Amino acid sequence: MHFDDGVLPADYLRHVTRKKAIIAGTGTLAIAALLLAVSSGAVSIPLTDVWRALTGTAASKRWDAIIWSIRLPQALAAIVAGAGLSVAGVVMQSVLRNPLGSPFTLGISHAAAFGAALSVMVLGTGVMHSRGADAVVINNPYATTMAAFAASLLATAAIIAISRIRRTSPEIMILAGVALGALFTAGTMFLQYFADDVQLAAMVFWTFGDTARASWSELAIMGAVTVTGTAFFFFNRWNYNAVDAGDETASSLGVRVERVRMLGMLISSLITAVIVSFLGIIGFVGLVCPHMMRRMVGDDHRFLLPASMLCGGVLLLVSDTAARLMLAPHVLPVSVLTAFLGAPAFLYLIIRGYRK
Amino acid sequence: MILSVDGLEFHYKSLSVLKGVNFGVEEGEVLAIMGPNGVGKTTLLKCMNAIHRPSGGCVMVDAADICRMKPEAIARRVGYVAQKQETGRMTAFDAILMGRKPHIRWRISEHDLRIVDSAVKRLRLEELSLRHLDEMSGGEVQKVCIARALVQEPRVLLLDEPTSSLDLRNQVEILSLVRAVVRSHKVAAVVTMHDLNQALRFADKFLFLKGGCIHAATHRSGVTAEVIEEVYNVPVHIEHVAGRPVVVPLGATETESLEKYRHEHHLTQ
Repeated sequence: MHFDDGVLPADYLRHVTRKKAIIAGTGTLAIAALLLAVSSGAVSIPLTDVWRALTGTAASKRWDAIIWSIRLPQALAAIVAGAGLSVAGVVMQSVLRNPLGSPFTLGISHAAAFGAALSVMVLGTGVMHSRGADAVVINNPYATTMAAFAASLLATAAIIAISRIRRTSPEIMILAGVALGALFTAGTMFLQYFADDVQLAAMVFWTFGDTARASWSELAIMGAVTVTGTAFFFFNRWNYNAVDAGDETASSLGVRVERVRMLGMLISSLITAVIVSFLGIIGFVGLVCPHMMRRMVGDDHRFLLPASMLCGGVLLLVSDTAARLMLAPHVLPVSVLTAFLGAPAFLYLIIRGYRK
Repeated sequence: MILSVDGLEFHYKSLSVLKGVNFGVEEGEVLAIMGPNGVGKTTLLKCMNAIHRPSGGCVMVDAADICRMKPEAIARRVGYVAQKQETGRMTAFDAILMGRKPHIRWRISEHDLRIVDSAVKRLRLEELSLRHLDEMSGGEVQKVCIARALVQEPRVLLLDEPTSSLDLRNQVEILSLVRAVVRSHKVAAVVTMHDLNQALRFADKFLFLKGGCIHAATHRSGVTAEVIEEVYNVPVHIEHVAGRPVVVPLGATETESLEKYRHEHHLTQ
């Protein structure tokens, strides 16, 4: 075919620049939110001192300690978790061809909660302990995390196995996820019924997603998984665009649809499993952020992936900071706030979307 | 011969859908695949770019067997437009740009953008290029999808019922366009169609399927009332109106079928 009369389309290039500007704007917002989050808390640290502490020229040893060992890991954990859950949501929505696809709606979070509950019950990892704001301390967080991670991988494996048997149709995956979520919730309830009050408190406490649980070593693991996974997704951005155009069209464009769907599900579930295991259940970020950015930059994954990643980071970080400050000196786990903000925001998106 | 299909068979589980299908399409030709509902027209089309792996036989494009090629290599030779289109918040330009996917390595080049721009102009989509697909009409989306298949720079275009959801003006426009593109770019097109009159008007060759086999493969002169009656089980008469062949189904008249219906259901006047 000969298409030699084409020119570089100026209006399209402007359109692309506008999308890139939105992404850059969200990125700037993330940096601003990070500085603000680190500066505010029980002790308010001026932004100039935050900057000095971050660049290693802190004036006060105490502020240096607060920033480096408490606030910065928590703020970065919020950014990483928000970004990871959000890109996982984007990819699940694309490969499942379903706007309801998200880490929360596929039963992976529920499976993690079951794993944590099982660890508390069987391994006895929950202990009542008085320490300031936290009434309950999980005395062996790594055992609990590993159990949660194992359970969420089990859920992922089950979803993928079921869809393998019945071929990879998107509806099957969603329905399998819903059924598994219900199953794991039932399992958790069963354990809770036989738990004593300390164990029960530990189980319930674990499900409150809380970014304060992450220290630098956990942050490193979450960060590595999220960054690698996001890079993989970005590498597949055209594949996800093609899958959005329909399985047959995607195949005709040379996309191995089943492989893209399987790997997309596997990697996004893995990111979710790691984050949820370390921090607990944080709902709605993975559902709402992709939809917010779809409205702003469209469904093109070249722009949607980076935009959603940044939006997720900003949203969870701002929510986390708000949750820390709102009822000071009480510190609210961020998951409570995301659920309060996320559910109405999602309903709004649905109603606005369907009116069109 | 751009496309030649040789002894093609396709089984769905134990059910044989297509058997012993042979035909060829030359440069600049449009082939219409016709036959009753469920006869395997769409299946045949999907076998031609290995969306369905044929159970036997081969599909050769420029004398190379596509069943031995990687998916990207097939996509550089065969373009496909599905019957139903998914629409999302994707601009028409981006949707067409996706047709460059089999050629893109890591990022889009200026060359890709120029090709898409040219295809946008060819299909007169300039006004719509930055509109989202979910804000467009069926005919407009169909044009975008054809443009997407064209920028793949394929040797063979496969179109599944391209006019089934379009109004008269769009039907004529799209089929004329396909024929013009096929002639001027020296490629081949295979189109499944229900409308015999449209097929007679736009296609060069005709393939009638019946019971999973080819009943007739012919040029326009071979499309006779007898062939159509054998394939569809409806008696027809072919008229020429304004110099174009028109197929008129004969069958029972209105009064006869009313009488028959009343008789069968024991209805009185």
